Amino acid sequence: MRFLDYFRRAPKSASLAKDRLSIIVARERTGTRTGVADYLPQLQQELLAVIARYEKIDLSNVTVNLDRSEDGEVLELNIALPESEPAPPSRPTRPSFA
Amino acid sequence: MSKVVVITSGKGGVGKTTTSANVATGIAQTGLKTVAIDFDVGLRNLDLVMGCERRVVYDFVNVIRNEAKLQQTLIRDKRVDNLYVLPASQTRDKDALTAEGVGRVIDELKEMGFEYIICDSPAGIERGAQMAMYFADEAIVVTNPEVSSVRDSDRVLGLLAAKTSRAELGGAPIHTHLLLTRYSPAMVKRGEMLSVGDVLELLGIPLLGVIPESKAVLQSSNKGAPAILDETTDVAQAYLDTVYRFLGQDRQHRFIEEEKRSFLGRLFG
Repeated sequence: MRFLDYFRRAPKSASLAKDRLSIIVARERTGTRTGVADYLPQLQQELLAVIARYEKIDLSNVTVNLDRSEDGEVLELNIALPESEPAPPSRPTRPSFA
Repeated sequence: MSKVVVITSGKGGVGKTTTSANVATGIAQTGLKTVAIDFDVGLRNLDLVMGCERRVVYDFVNVIRNEAKLQQTLIRDKRVDNLYVLPASQTRDKDALTAEGVGRVIDELKEMGFEYIICDSPAGIERGAQMAMYFADEAIVVTNPEVSSVRDSDRVLGLLAAKTSRAELGGAPIHTHLLLTRYSPAMVKRGEMLSVGDVLELLGIPLLGVIPESKAVLQSSNKGAPAILDETTDVAQAYLDTVYRFLGQDRQHRFIEEEKRSFLGRLFG
């Protein structure tokens, strides 16, 4: 009913825009303005070196991401192990710590 | 003392050229010797918006390559004293701009006694945009209350802090000012547009002015006469306020709240 819709307020698009922007702007600033995330490529290399001692993997199968939200930072590490290996699970593991 | 001011935004179509034309005209009207430089090599438009397109003989790239003298290239505005335009080249590409060449032209303009050098940046963050901001003392970041424009403005603020002469030589950081354009208080009131407060919170730089969405902008570019010349419109008033604030005067912000319309105005508007 249109009459009732008037009272049942849907979330306004402007507040959606603001929420989306505050996330994207914060994320992009970590990379560009403050340089906090500068160590990520090196971290990726070193992690790869450690893992390579135990498993055969290639660089493209390791991704490292740093996300910043209001609650804290999330370092996301994603390693895809090769499918041919029988023992370890072939699904990517996604440990994250805040 | 001369000041180099870049009008930039990252995103295209938000009102950089309109703002360059109006701010340069407004500053010149106060008696300060002002030049507006079009950095959009290959897609020049400032000459059109300023209404001097038929008087372009030489251009910025000709001067950089020593093919023409600066005095021959500058176009003197016929309506406002102390106002000049340095047009961009329409035939070259943006690589024709070199830091050395641009720096030399800006130094020469300073020697000629220009007090305000307004650099109209092209869209994007490529060479043309970087050259426009490289020598700036102040930056006016033109933003629409819209997601892609706000995001691009944030990127540009990052570049202003890192990839300019001041940043590279370790000088004082460029003063950045936010100019919010195409603002519709009615839409903000209905929750359909980001508010001034939202954008200020997201970008974190001081507000220079708010320019309301208005037909007057298109009408003025149709005519080739910056909107600020016709003081009866709200856009002209908003740009005048912006110019006076930029020159250090204290002016209250207007056009942020929806205009109250009379009962008859509602009926017949």
